[in-house]
Amino acid sequence: MVCDRQDGATLIYIDRHILHEVTSPQAFEGLRLAGRVPWRLDTNIATPDHNISTDPSERKAGVVGIPDETSRIQVKALDDNCEEFGIKEFKMNDMGQGIVHVMGPELGVTMPGMTVVCGDSHTATHGALGCLAHGIGTSEVEHVLASQCLVTKKMRNMRVTVNGKLGFGVTPKDVILAIIGRIGTAGGNGHAIEFAGDVFNDMSVEGRMTVCNMAIEAGARVGLVAVDDKTINYVKGRRYVPKGDFFESASSYWRSLVSDEDAQFDKEVYMSANEIAPQVSWGTSPEMVAEVSGMVPTMSSMRTSSEKEGLRHALDYMGLEEGQQITSILVDRVFIGSCTNSRIEDLRAAAAVVRGRKRASTVKQVLVVPGSQIVKAQAETEGLHSIFVDAGMEWREPGCSMCLAMNDDKLGSGEHCASTSNRNFEGRQGNGGRTHLMSPAMAAAAAVAGRIIDVRTFAENLR
Amino acid sequence: MMEPFSRHRGLVGPMDRANVDTDMIIPKQFLKSIKKTGFGPNLFDELRYLDQGSQGSNPQEREENPDFALNNDRYIGSSILLTRNNFGCGSSREHAPWALKDFGFRAIIASSFADIFYNNCFKNGLLPIVLHEDLIDKLFTQLYCEVGFSMSIDLRLQRVLLDDGRSFTFQIDQFYKNCLLEGLDEIDVTLRDKEAITRYEMERKKLHPWIFGAIK
Repeated sequence: MVCDRQDGATLIYIDRHILHEVTSPQAFEGLRLAGRVPWRLDTNIATPDHNISTDPSERKAGVVGIPDETSRIQVKALDDNCEEFGIKEFKMNDMGQGIVHVMGPELGVTMPGMTVVCGDSHTATHGALGCLAHGIGTSEVEHVLASQCLVTKKMRNMRVTVNGKLGFGVTPKDVILAIIGRIGTAGGNGHAIEFAGDVFNDMSVEGRMTVCNMAIEAGARVGLVAVDDKTINYVKGRRYVPKGDFFESASSYWRSLVSDEDAQFDKEVYMSANEIAPQVSWGTSPEMVAEVSGMVPTMSSMRTSSEKEGLRHALDYMGLEEGQQITSILVDRVFIGSCTNSRIEDLRAAAAVVRGRKRASTVKQVLVVPGSQIVKAQAETEGLHSIFVDAGMEWREPGCSMCLAMNDDKLGSGEHCASTSNRNFEGRQGNGGRTHLMSPAMAAAAAVAGRIIDVRTFAENLR
Repeated sequence: MMEPFSRHRGLVGPMDRANVDTDMIIPKQFLKSIKKTGFGPNLFDELRYLDQGSQGSNPQEREENPDFALNNDRYIGSSILLTRNNFGCGSSREHAPWALKDFGFRAIIASSFADIFYNNCFKNGLLPIVLHEDLIDKLFTQLYCEVGFSMSIDLRLQRVLLDDGRSFTFQIDQFYKNCLLEGLDEIDVTLRDKEAITRYEMERKKLHPWIFGAIK
């Protein structure tokens, strides 16, 4: 914290700022118009991810090969702006490029205890390392570039504690979807959420990223997990992380980044691991989730008229009936990727389900989109790409892809998609498209079965 | 400099849904612009038109959805949007307030807003007003009954004033209020504390030097 101002706002210092092509051009333009220069250069890092093509042949042709003119202009603008202002950029085909929230942690660009911002609401992902990380708008991107600071108000704090041991086939994605189902998409508004308890202690750092990533879907700008040995081991040796004695002194400080035992939270939520089953979203908001063995809610279970209206709206859009079994939903396309679930562990989980099986003939397309060049290379070393390709799935280049459908990876109107992404809003994955959020293992199972299926029993069901 | 906001009187338009997300406010295909203006014709694009829009498509040649309230003649020219809880959830895209502003809205009344969207409004001369859910219900009823339903907003007094003489107070942070009233350039204000920033930076560097390892 730099200072408390007389106008009631607080100025906080930003340690790391990540930029991408969609929310930065107007910020650079603002700097130019005002004749300002960045406060510090070496803390910024940029990479294109949102609207670049994931098609290998289009990618090979470089920026000039981007077929959509407006996308091409935007990616070119990021290259030019980084060049002009002297900001480090991993360009579209550089080793290092990737979805901002995959690239940041994997390169050690983000480290515990940092304040991290990016013009993207899923910046909370970095909270998995014990960072204070959140999304900002374009005006704030410009503000951070010009001053290295952000004007802010203190957030209230909330703790979500999940104790116990997760059952077989239940993944970090299921945990966060279940939490959102419980507290709602506005449940965390105005709060920073700390995820605590056995489940997060036992969870891998990549799993914690999946959880923190979707804090915003519960309304919270910030989600984080306390630093522990796993965090330190994850960070160690990464490209931008200090080495030797420097690392030792950093890590002894990082270990102190835990909440006090007697810390008071403005809001506390408790859940038990054994009540969490694989989750699937059936509606048009991430809070509209059910267990895979469950069903779409009925009108009679809605309390208020606005809830009824919301349900009717969602069912109309999704083309589903009230009370319909989740496992009766057929899928047209499958998307495995996004800043929520495109890391190596996600791809391993999906590949384990797909291995030796084929995409169902009724499924038009299965996109497997690694989150970064480094993830892609690792997956190829492990032979995961062959498992997907042999199953009739498409192995793509890193980018945001069908999570928000800014490039050509999109759903047709009325198509149902089993998706590992984070938002099931109307039109999110393509105009009229119908998204069902789930874990990588569940999406892989749906790709093979042609419908939503419980990954825990799926092998038997296929026989 | 941002357009200041102190008093505003305008026609009220409805967006009678909860959890309106920023994808709905401005769909992704319009985020490819590198400018801050011109998003108005594509505000609520997927609800507003029957055909699928792409960047640059001429709004005059598109088929409007007659069932979408804001297309109704009685709401044409509205500058105050009445909506429900958790407005602006989802993506951090500032294109959402840009589109609302470009369309002609100056204020949005809801029972709650998503954090990032709320914050983004103040950078763009757009006033988000939080009123109680019950009051929102009543305002919707009145809006549907009275053609030409308008209201005045006085930011200095933090009041919404109806033509029948009733008025309601709303809460707003002093800092946000000043931003809008004065239309301040926030970067200028921050850079007044240049020395404090530099001082903090030096101390942090001494204490946690690893944070300052350069990205190269």
